[in-house]
Amino acid sequence: MDVVSRNNVTVTGRADGPVVMLAHGFGCDQNMWRLVVPALAARFRVVLFDYVGSGSSDLAAWSPERYGSLDGYAQDVLDICQELDLREVAFVGHSVSAMTGVLAAAREPERFARLVLLVPSPRYIDDGDYKGGFSAEDIEELLESLESNYLGWSAHMAPVIMGNADRPELGEELTNSFCRTDPDIARVFARTTFLSDSRQDLASVTAPTLILECAEDVIAPREVGAYVHAAIPGSRLVTLKATGHCPQLSAPEATADAVIDFLAPA
Amino acid sequence: MMCRTEQDPPPDTHRDSRRGPHPTDGTASDAEFSALLEDDVEDLYENAPCGYVSTLLDGKIAKVNATLLGWLGHSREQVIGRKRFTDLLTVGGKLYHETHFAPLLRMQGEVNSIAFELKAADGSRLPVLVSSKVKAGSDGQPQLIRTTIVDARDRRSYENELLHRKREADKARHEAEQARKEAEEARQEAERDRNRLQSVLAVLQRSLVPPTLPQPEGMEAAAYYHTASVDQVGGDFYDLFPLGDGRWCFFLGDVCGKGPEAAAVTSLTRYTLRAAAIHDPDPVTVLTTLNTVLHQHYNRGDPRYCTAVFGTLTPGPTGATVHLASGGHPPAVLMRADGTAEYLPTPGGLLVGILPNAPFTATSRDLAPGDTLVLYTDGLTEARIGPDGTRYGDEALLEYASDLAPVTAHKAVGALTTLLESFGDGLDDDTAILTLGINPTAPTGPTEEATCRT
Repeated sequence: MDVVSRNNVTVTGRADGPVVMLAHGFGCDQNMWRLVVPALAARFRVVLFDYVGSGSSDLAAWSPERYGSLDGYAQDVLDICQELDLREVAFVGHSVSAMTGVLAAAREPERFARLVLLVPSPRYIDDGDYKGGFSAEDIEELLESLESNYLGWSAHMAPVIMGNADRPELGEELTNSFCRTDPDIARVFARTTFLSDSRQDLASVTAPTLILECAEDVIAPREVGAYVHAAIPGSRLVTLKATGHCPQLSAPEATADAVIDFLAPA
Repeated sequence: MMCRTEQDPPPDTHRDSRRGPHPTDGTASDAEFSALLEDDVEDLYENAPCGYVSTLLDGKIAKVNATLLGWLGHSREQVIGRKRFTDLLTVGGKLYHETHFAPLLRMQGEVNSIAFELKAADGSRLPVLVSSKVKAGSDGQPQLIRTTIVDARDRRSYENELLHRKREADKARHEAEQARKEAEEARQEAERDRNRLQSVLAVLQRSLVPPTLPQPEGMEAAAYYHTASVDQVGGDFYDLFPLGDGRWCFFLGDVCGKGPEAAAVTSLTRYTLRAAAIHDPDPVTVLTTLNTVLHQHYNRGDPRYCTAVFGTLTPGPTGATVHLASGGHPPAVLMRADGTAEYLPTPGGLLVGILPNAPFTATSRDLAPGDTLVLYTDGLTEARIGPDGTRYGDEALLEYASDLAPVTAHKAVGALTTLLESFGDGLDDDTAILTLGINPTAPTGPTEEATCRT
């Protein structure tokens, strides 16, 4: 299966515009960007995708070895860039995907013009003086929540979900399908997301970088935003007047404006 | 049948009762109906059998019912405007809310029956199912989120039980798979060991009989060895060798027991017989020598003995003279060229090696062209041929030999092999067969001067 089908890649917006790649985080899929895409599509060539294991990606391409490390997700990003021959990419990564973008840009810096890190956290677990906000036990609790809630997923429906590349309407009919995941895959993604430590990778960032944080966010608190800002030389930090971990949904205009202002200032 | 009494209100009183209890007829149905009407909306909200909470879009709690406050152990003041909905959840639940619940609610407008755990003021946890719906204003813009919370303790313990069982089943399946793999590996290892052992045993077994049978001039010799088990060395043996003066010696026997010990006795027996024959080929002398050797060698608490036929063939002008002796062995069969068959009995011969001085008796016959001598071990006559365990027996063998005669040595072995195969599982012991026949056409004579050593 080619990369475009594998990662359910969608390209929209101005064909001749600069490339903006929107990468979803742990939990849901590229639908997370639906409220900011219209504003961005007016100016940019917008590339959307689902990581393997999420959304309408090809679950057969998933393996716990590759996707048990953030490098596997970064490889998805690089695979798509190569397949579509994307250059001068402005990469917008939400949550854990912010770190995926940092890793991808470190491996192929020539492809990435700018990075937008949306509510990033390089380390969710407290570590000495570093306050990530969580303990290892908290992550186990999250795994229990994943186990209690099979959102829009059932083994019975999995064949339909996996095979719906040519019949997307099947997926749309399923409640909660935007955040559906095979529970075994979700468990691996959760562990990879919340147990990884990317603090050492921040210093490698050379592309101009915007950090977007929310005024109140239990997953990526402002101390963490300040940490990332300090760790990436020359980065810009903007605090959105938004609550929660998904400003692209709760404050789509402010989020789109901040991204546009950084990528294409008036 | 009419059941209505005078006291029953006419049907249309229900219409009146919508405005309140009827002032005059206080019947039971009216009282129930009025109780329903007195169930005011505020009380229904506050004391509903589920928790209600309304939050602003940023999650701040704007309204909460008494049921939920009771579950949480919080006062209204501690919650309204002070806590967000996620503050009521465990940390893991918060993570799940922010990564799944909140985005879905934004995208779908509602989310139903998601499992969370509420954290109560006293630190206890309450498993619940949460459903939320976004309420939009008249302009279509979302205004607030209404959330219903259902006590799911029983449901959760049931689900946990299912999860527990699933994990146990997964574990058991995994362990079973592991055990199956290990068993398969052990089986393969055992198979390899068995193959190694069998190849060793086959080599050992072959060393107890001549690799190829020599063919004396004017005669024909053939042999067959049936191995009852590839996992055991049998104790049967035979040999045929020249004395160098035109005479030939032959023997066939059966060592008591099986396995490596029996094979050692067989080996000793075979070389003792060969050496003794070179010293003095007289059959009784040879068997006596073997008896002495076996008895001396194995009499210390572990007696080893065998049965054996030993004989010599002395070529004559029209055939050969066979001279043989037996120690406890089934008698040889002589199939004549004229189509008859007879046993060559040697009565009184004792098992070889069991007593210090054992008597052996000898007998002689002249073999004419076309005559064939058959030596065999008791695997043949002891084979079970019926469901009741009936053995093949001496009489049946003699009858079979009579039917077969006249026959050459090779054809006799071929026929007897077929006979053995016909016994199937009834043939449960090793069986050796040696046949010696005088060529039917050319009469044999000595090719050199007989120089029997003494």
